[in-house]
Amino acid sequence: MLFQDIVFWFLGVVAIGAALGVVLTRDLFRAALMLIVVFIAVAGFFAMLSAEFLAVVQVLIYAGAISILIIFAVMLTRDVQRGNLPNRLQIPAALFAALVLATVAFVATDTNWNLIPEEERERVDLVQTQAVSNIAPETLAEAGFDSEQEQEAAGEAGLADLLIGDFVLPFEAVSVLLLAAVIGALALVRPQPPGSEG
Amino acid sequence: MSFEAMLIIAAALFAIGLYGALARRNVLIVLMSIELMFNAVNLTFVALAKYAAPVALQENIGSVLTGQVFAVFVITVAAAEIALGLAIVFAMYRTNESLDLTEATELRN
Repeated sequence: MLFQDIVFWFLGVVAIGAALGVVLTRDLFRAALMLIVVFIAVAGFFAMLSAEFLAVVQVLIYAGAISILIIFAVMLTRDVQRGNLPNRLQIPAALFAALVLATVAFVATDTNWNLIPEEERERVDLVQTQAVSNIAPETLAEAGFDSEQEQEAAGEAGLADLLIGDFVLPFEAVSVLLLAAVIGALALVRPQPPGSEG
Repeated sequence: MSFEAMLIIAAALFAIGLYGALARRNVLIVLMSIELMFNAVNLTFVALAKYAAPVALQENIGSVLTGQVFAVFVITVAAAEIALGLAIVFAMYRTNESLDLTEATELRN
């Protein structure tokens, strides 16, 4: 538990420090590098919160693809070293962000959360890490999956099952959204044919 | 490591992203700040999935994965957003020769 706490606070300090670096540093390229640090720290949080799959996806999509795209965009622009200037809204924006933080922190600590009971903890962790189908039945029984039926249901529960099952409509909508975004991006950056305006 | 601490760290990330999106002139920094906010929201989703009990916990143990599914959707939408956002940045850079949002005034009036 102590080790977990150390890792948790380390990741928290790294994530928040790097996030402050993203918005406060003058150098656009350094801001992009700080953003990668934030992404990797968040991936660490995902791994700690028993969402291993999401941790891997976070590293692949965010730290891999999205940060490369952003660095690519930074490289194609001028004024990289002094690119990050504040606008006139700096103080109101800081006050507003602090207000949002205070509100959310108050709600998070003040709400009476319906937490997962301690005796369910082991079962929930096994399902969330999607490791059930790789575990011997005896270990599962120890974790609280008593009947064979329960063990089978836990083995079938998975992200893919939910994506293609209960969430199939948003899943399809998101695929259409991705297609539309790719086509839109291509249309926006297409070189204008000579002679045409706008 | 506690549930509330996790939520507060996510809220701090979100607030920093919010400040960056509102108070910075450079459009790339604004895009990065929006990514920060997406990450904070994802962190909240996953933390809630781990700690908060869903209503159907007893009937269907698979319901503890719902928060993670939402995080997958957010990651997908963020990828679409960054693709379109960077395309708009390039179009803007081509017409304005600058990434300064305060100079992007063609649509005014």
